[in-house]
Amino acid sequence: MALKHVNAVVVGAGAGGGIVAKQLATAGLTVVLVERGKWYTAFDCRKDDLRNQRTTVLGNSFGPAEDRNPRVFVDEQGHEHLLKPSDGAYSNNAACVGGGTASYGAMAWRYMEKDFRMRSTYGTIAGSTLDDWPISYADLEPYYEKAEWEIGVSGDDANNIFRSPRRRPLPMPPLPPNREYEILKPAAQRLGLHPFDIPMLRNSVPYNGRAACMRCRWCVGFACEVDAKNGTQNTVIPTALATGNCELRTECIVKEILTDSRGRAKGVAYFDAQSRLQEQTADLVVVSGSAIESARLLLNSRSRLFPTGLGNRSDWVGRNLQGHAYTGAVGLFDFEVYDDLGPGAGIAICDFNHGNHGLNGEGLISGGMLANEFIRLPYQFVGWRAPGVPRWGRAHKEYMRQFYRRSIGVMGPVQELPMFDSRVDVDPKVKDYWGIPVVRLSGHRHPNDQVVGKFLASKAEAWLKEAGATTTWAFLPGTGLSGGQHQAGTCRMGDDPQTSVVDKYCRVHDVDNLYVVDGSVHVTNGGFNPALTIMAIAYYASDQLVKSWKGTHGAS
Amino acid sequence: MAAAAAAGPGLACSAGRAPWRFLSADEARTLAAICDQIIPPDEHPGAAWAGVVNYIDRQLCGPFRHLRDSYRTGLAAVDQSSRALYGMTFAVLDETMQLDLLRLMEQGRAPSEAWQQNSSADFFALLVDHTMQGFYGDPRHGGNRDRISWKMLGTPYPPIRGRLHYDVNKPT
Repeated sequence: MALKHVNAVVVGAGAGGGIVAKQLATAGLTVVLVERGKWYTAFDCRKDDLRNQRTTVLGNSFGPAEDRNPRVFVDEQGHEHLLKPSDGAYSNNAACVGGGTASYGAMAWRYMEKDFRMRSTYGTIAGSTLDDWPISYADLEPYYEKAEWEIGVSGDDANNIFRSPRRRPLPMPPLPPNREYEILKPAAQRLGLHPFDIPMLRNSVPYNGRAACMRCRWCVGFACEVDAKNGTQNTVIPTALATGNCELRTECIVKEILTDSRGRAKGVAYFDAQSRLQEQTADLVVVSGSAIESARLLLNSRSRLFPTGLGNRSDWVGRNLQGHAYTGAVGLFDFEVYDDLGPGAGIAICDFNHGNHGLNGEGLISGGMLANEFIRLPYQFVGWRAPGVPRWGRAHKEYMRQFYRRSIGVMGPVQELPMFDSRVDVDPKVKDYWGIPVVRLSGHRHPNDQVVGKFLASKAEAWLKEAGATTTWAFLPGTGLSGGQHQAGTCRMGDDPQTSVVDKYCRVHDVDNLYVVDGSVHVTNGGFNPALTIMAIAYYASDQLVKSWKGTHGAS
Repeated sequence: MAAAAAAGPGLACSAGRAPWRFLSADEARTLAAICDQIIPPDEHPGAAWAGVVNYIDRQLCGPFRHLRDSYRTGLAAVDQSSRALYGMTFAVLDETMQLDLLRLMEQGRAPSEAWQQNSSADFFALLVDHTMQGFYGDPRHGGNRDRISWKMLGTPYPPIRGRLHYDVNKPT
């Protein structure tokens, strides 16, 4: 029996899709929200130090299933690797209700005005497809605010003199400082920097009917057991379902977007939890599967009218895959600096996001924020070895004993320069459990990411030294393909269909009822964790969708 | 009859009266000696006491299933290298000899005839990583007996404040 026709089908219940589903459902549209993963509870996501979203040595706890979802990765030497979701190069984002927001660290960054005008700021860069966004910070500002208040953000960025203008303060105060914060804050001030309380999608006080954070440090990589961390799974998705207009279907794997003879989207074909092929027709199709899977779905949706996939006439789908080149430093102290008080990260500086100069005074392209690190479980500290400390043996054990509680990490995401050949493609041979061609990842970072990474790491070292560290060393980004949980860029937003995939309202250029709403549309990815920007874009695109909605088109 | 039924593919993970799920007694002895050089006993117990062999053996019947061949051939190659160099199996070598052989492995220079199937450097890197997991990881995975590494690091229990993971009951 055919499934009942609806107004909109949204593919992916993460940061973007959850919000779109809620906005459409509250506006009165009927919505089916399709999610390939499950809806986890705190019980399902126990605080397992070796099996979580960050440490996957014993597997991957927020999906997708290890044995059903391979990807092909082509390394810089051109060798192909068949990967499981728990392999680092797989670039996994979570596959569950809430997507990455169920297990993220929950930093809530607004990108800066210059982050939307990277080409105007830095010019044309050889080897990079660096460009301006077709929208500005001012266009998104009201939607950042909506995300902050509706999903829930705590923090205080009043001392961040580099922040973009905001009309309204954050709805919740910051959590009280932990010991690292108390040590790092005066040190930054002595250096003339501008430290402030990181905005976080986390309840510092009871909010939205849920409790405040209990200050455990199991944030990033885990689901919050007291539901004080705010994602789409505990905010907008329940609201969407409560309207009665939205149905959530979990463990459903979308195979392709279906189009009619005129080239309009008419729904999706998907495998349900029992692996039966289903067709859900809809007036609108919204793809929110995150940068890698959204691109894969468009590329796998081939037909006579769209022989290379949907939105791909100019061969831009899957291009410009970006994440963040994480960089920073660790400092060792001769006194205890670690106090187990969560969420861990709490203090940041934005002094080095833009306007940076190298050792010889030369202007640098881009930058990133710096913040202290989240969780540090004992096994994670094993790899934080100071220079000269061996990997194993008596000296390594002694090092662990001496410095586990006497070390601070300061890290930050370098805003990467997009690369046309850093890309998501579909593999010509390998298929997943359902017979759908899998993702094929290839490419590498722009050399500038290393330059800026070294610069930012040197600033992190200087900050730690000023805070009293006796030894510091840098963590520098690799040269390989970026992606991971901050994946973005594969369905670029732009005014010119020749050099972008969606228009400035997230609508695919040549299919007027097909939208991509997630990090895929980012032209550039900011020197920040991208979650709040994905949410803001989802509110912004939904607003336009609802405004232009003229009722059911052509349905019986 | 039960023995006949167990003789299928599942045998390796239900090895009758042997103390281990996958490893043989000889393999476990060699592995314990290696682990105890990677994290040796000092004023705190070492990896062998902490149950790292149990951790690895348990994971070889779970997430590390695909690494069984690496362990079977790798541990045999360690003893073969040891016999070639010193005329004895690894576990009975003195500390200096054990460390010398492990450093050769680390550098990929262990006696080559023993390492036709896999690289000694790769196998050693695997052993270091798994030993660290078993020693510093949560006891629920089979190692870190008595939370010994967490006590050593001065980490409260649970290691980060919060409710114990097994205090969370499945909603009914």
